[in-house]
Amino acid sequence: MNTPQVQATILIILVPLMFSYAIPLLGWRWRGSAFFVALAAIGASMVCSFILLYTVLTQGTIHYHLGGWLPPWGIEYVIDPLNGFVGVVVCVISFLVTLSSKESVQKELPDKKVRFYTIYLLLFTGLMGIVVTGDVFNLYVFLEIASLTAYALIAIGEDGAPLASFNYIIMGTIGACFYLLGVGYLYIVTGSLNMADLAKLLPPLYHSNVVLIALAFFLIGTAIKMGLFPLHVWLPDAYTYAPSAVSAFIAPVMAKVMAYILIRVMFTVFQPSYLIEMVPVASILSWVAAAAILVGSIMALAQKDLKRMLAYSSVSQIGYIVLGVGLGNKMGLLGAYLHILNHAFMKGCLFAVAMALMYRTGKRNIFQLGRIHRRMPFTMAALVIGALSMIGIPPTAGFFSKWYLILGSIDARNWVFVAVILISSLLNALYFFRVIENAYFEGVHGHSQKEAMDGIAKVREEVPLSMLIPIILLAAGILLLGLFNERIISGILVFALPPGF
Amino acid sequence: MIIQYENVIIKTICRMLIPFLQLFAIYVLMHGHYSPGGGFQGGVMMGASFILLVIAYGLEEARQRISLKALTIYACLGLFIYSGIGAWALLMGGNYLDYGKLPFPVSSVPAARAMGILGIEIGVFFSVMAIMICIFLAIASYDTGGEND
Amino acid sequence: MIEYLMSKYNYWIYVVLMMIGFYAMMGKRNLVKKLIGMNIFQTAIILYYISIGVKKGGTLPVVMEGATRAADYVNPLPHVLMLTAIVVSVSTTGVALAVLLMIYRRYKTLEEDEILKSMR
Repeated sequence: MNTPQVQATILIILVPLMFSYAIPLLGWRWRGSAFFVALAAIGASMVCSFILLYTVLTQGTIHYHLGGWLPPWGIEYVIDPLNGFVGVVVCVISFLVTLSSKESVQKELPDKKVRFYTIYLLLFTGLMGIVVTGDVFNLYVFLEIASLTAYALIAIGEDGAPLASFNYIIMGTIGACFYLLGVGYLYIVTGSLNMADLAKLLPPLYHSNVVLIALAFFLIGTAIKMGLFPLHVWLPDAYTYAPSAVSAFIAPVMAKVMAYILIRVMFTVFQPSYLIEMVPVASILSWVAAAAILVGSIMALAQKDLKRMLAYSSVSQIGYIVLGVGLGNKMGLLGAYLHILNHAFMKGCLFAVAMALMYRTGKRNIFQLGRIHRRMPFTMAALVIGALSMIGIPPTAGFFSKWYLILGSIDARNWVFVAVILISSLLNALYFFRVIENAYFEGVHGHSQKEAMDGIAKVREEVPLSMLIPIILLAAGILLLGLFNERIISGILVFALPPGF
Repeated sequence: MIIQYENVIIKTICRMLIPFLQLFAIYVLMHGHYSPGGGFQGGVMMGASFILLVIAYGLEEARQRISLKALTIYACLGLFIYSGIGAWALLMGGNYLDYGKLPFPVSSVPAARAMGILGIEIGVFFSVMAIMICIFLAIASYDTGGEND
Repeated sequence: MIEYLMSKYNYWIYVVLMMIGFYAMMGKRNLVKKLIGMNIFQTAIILYYISIGVKKGGTLPVVMEGATRAADYVNPLPHVLMLTAIVVSVSTTGVALAVLLMIYRRYKTLEEDEILKSMR
């Protein structure tokens, strides 16, 4: 099956990679070209990802042998519906966020634009490589590419950014090294590094301790990288102090790709029956995820800084995805997949709004926002749609993913999880309504009305179009995804379920 | 931070040693097939030869011999060689890094694969050399102000 | 008991090294010491991978005359994987050093307590 569409598998990584080192060469001469080259590369990847998803749904799983070597000896890239779906999500969100980052980068980091876009495009390459590959060690290589570039991008922010990035370096390296140890243990017992090959060779060995230790290392490594509850400590600082364009790119996309690694390791390399019946990993994961949901929401209530609140809210949303994975039935897993898609759009929209607020007012404090809807009506409308979706109000997209998760919890006869999801939706309502109230009415909690209105002029002064259009597109996307979610589930996601569900 | 000592012994030894170090780096690169070595190791040794120059003679001497613009061009050139050979294999009809399909004037497919790997190692060599020197120069000159762009 | 320890001595060595590196990352207050601990941690993993490829009576994985069977050579795949891991380790150390320089330029100290105190 060597049609040109199949070559899109490698083009989806090759194009951003080659463009990323064309940027320094072009940037010596024409500084402004960095943004357009990056945008063109991500656009080309987006087209490739659509081609790949269409090809997978019509013709079946794509196997791409790198270098012409057959699987157990060579590296193989496998695209099945789960891969294609996550690839489309990552590409679309990256494209929209990159489009909106032009003015913000120009304002916050004017003399570092060329190097910024080089590292940005390398981060995108790393994330797409994780999505596309079918070989556990190749996944480690791309994981490290993505992590290193993320460390560098986060460190060029403002006040506490270098220290936050150093914390992330230490914890992220531990996570990646644990993943590498897991790969090592699996290689010792089976002698293979290919995911499909491991899935065939592992079942006779499920009684041994080595496979159990390998699974433990995989899970803890991925949990550190994702920001799952007890190991999430690096996440709020890293998302808050990074430059606005970097937060808007990393927050929606990177944690989803790490959750994809978790799903891939749990359900493709190890069989679901091993994880649910023989070793109670799935139930442990779901209880940890429930704790993550509650802790994230409670911590988000206490924040005054918009980006820090959104970062804690991300911790709790990662808990939703892992809860769906850990429930172990069809509805829960569909809810997790749908939440990957929805949360990427919601957090992309919210962080882009935070970027727009930083661009226009330079402030991130919620309580100083008073009546800003007069200056930036469209941006605040997008914020309201994003907030409603995070709370889970129909017909926005967030309602449907929570609906599937609740159905999955009911199927598993676990009423505690249903209560956890409902309580956290209430907590989401609390802290998002506080933001909306401060944005639309006068300043509350100690700031007098006069003080709030003096600081902000009453004239309408929106953000530039290149930042506004992606925000509106993301908000419209949230509404459309909510309305058409049935078609997405029956058309794409049902094929992405592992066999046996 | 790195000042120039008046030390004849170090300068003379380094002046004799550095060309041999560079020659050995190229030897390690070319013999990556048959003995321990390859692109990364050769690149690191080549970068180390420049770092030895900086340590013995001071920062200004190294800056005169290789500028930041040249380093950026070397790094990007090395990566272009790597991806270019892979993409050339794509254009010739194979999969991404399928060196067997490249039109080298050799007799059999395994020999073509050997030539392809050599080309890739050369690309890695340039990149790693440039990046090693770049990291060292950036860290060594942090207190006298960073370089431009 | 002694035989259990001695027959798997490579695993014990790498566990001890890993724990030393881990303690340095978590327990030390100076940022450079944390970085060195991270390096020790990654080096322990590299040593572990190389040690699992060893065969009894095997020689270097370089083609030599007189040794033609696969059982004569040490398994070369872990060596290749660890080349990549060494490159990753070097790059991470490079990025971490650059970030440490930024911290030093801003706070004039590299002790974690003093940095946190001056950030409040």
